[in-house]
Amino acid sequence: MAKQIYFEDVEVGTEVGPLEKNPTTQQLVRYAGASGDFYQIHYDKDFALGNGLPGVILHGALKNAFLGHLMTDFAGEHGWLRKLGVQYRGMDQPGAKVVARGKVSKKYTEGGHHMVDCEIWLENANGEKTTPGTATVILPSRAAS
Amino acid sequence: MANKYVTDEARRQIGKVSEPRTYEVERGAIRRFAEAIEDPNPLFNSESDARKTRFGGMIAPPTFCRSMGAPIPNIKLDMPTFRGLDGGSDWEYFVPIRAGDRITVQSKLVDLREAAGRLGPMVFTVVETTYTNQFGEVCVIQRSTGIRY
Repeated sequence: MAKQIYFEDVEVGTEVGPLEKNPTTQQLVRYAGASGDFYQIHYDKDFALGNGLPGVILHGALKNAFLGHLMTDFAGEHGWLRKLGVQYRGMDQPGAKVVARGKVSKKYTEGGHHMVDCEIWLENANGEKTTPGTATVILPSRAAS
Repeated sequence: MANKYVTDEARRQIGKVSEPRTYEVERGAIRRFAEAIEDPNPLFNSESDARKTRFGGMIAPPTFCRSMGAPIPNIKLDMPTFRGLDGGSDWEYFVPIRAGDRITVQSKLVDLREAAGRLGPMVFTVVETTYTNQFGEVCVIQRSTGIRY
């Protein structure tokens, strides 16, 4: 696991991640099983094509989970992911790399906590942001310890 | 311009709640979810490692609540047929969810809107789901946007 990040270590513009994912159809099946979302567009190619899709596509919720992974890594054991918001703007298919990235947009204290807001997104192989979002993390502070 | 589907009468459903449902969080389910999303964080995978952390044991990853099968309030719209899409979710996290917790899940319709789309009118539903543990602590609040077209 990565070294713990502290509030003092980040500033507006600090990069979060990147975290690379290479989803396969097998991963979509595992995710369907683990989440209980058995909608066939995520693992049945004929069904997906019949629904006018280019093929099997990633669950939006799986992309949400990738961004969650990005942020829990950033928060570290001593931080806490307080908010996570995502929008599904584009489809992603398995067999292509997607990269979860972020950038710190604001740092502030609120209610005694050291808060960091981030702009986050999933980027496909063409550099398009298919899943834009925001996140807020509480980070530990060196001053407090 | 009057809405085709989201009429004043349809909007009276805002505030409608679902039946509550209880979900038991299992360590194996947490681990299986972490494996599926390929997140090797020990907090989500190893009880022995997780016990050495400030959490004292395994906790659920941020989108684990998806696996709880949140009930949705029955939203009645005069759409003869529709395709449903998940538009996205906003999550707020207050208290860690742990293996062994019994989480009560309940949803409420908080917004209903209509917009013109390329394929015709699109209806946006916003459902707020609250995940409360056995101690009455609200662990997670999720606001999810659904799109029907």
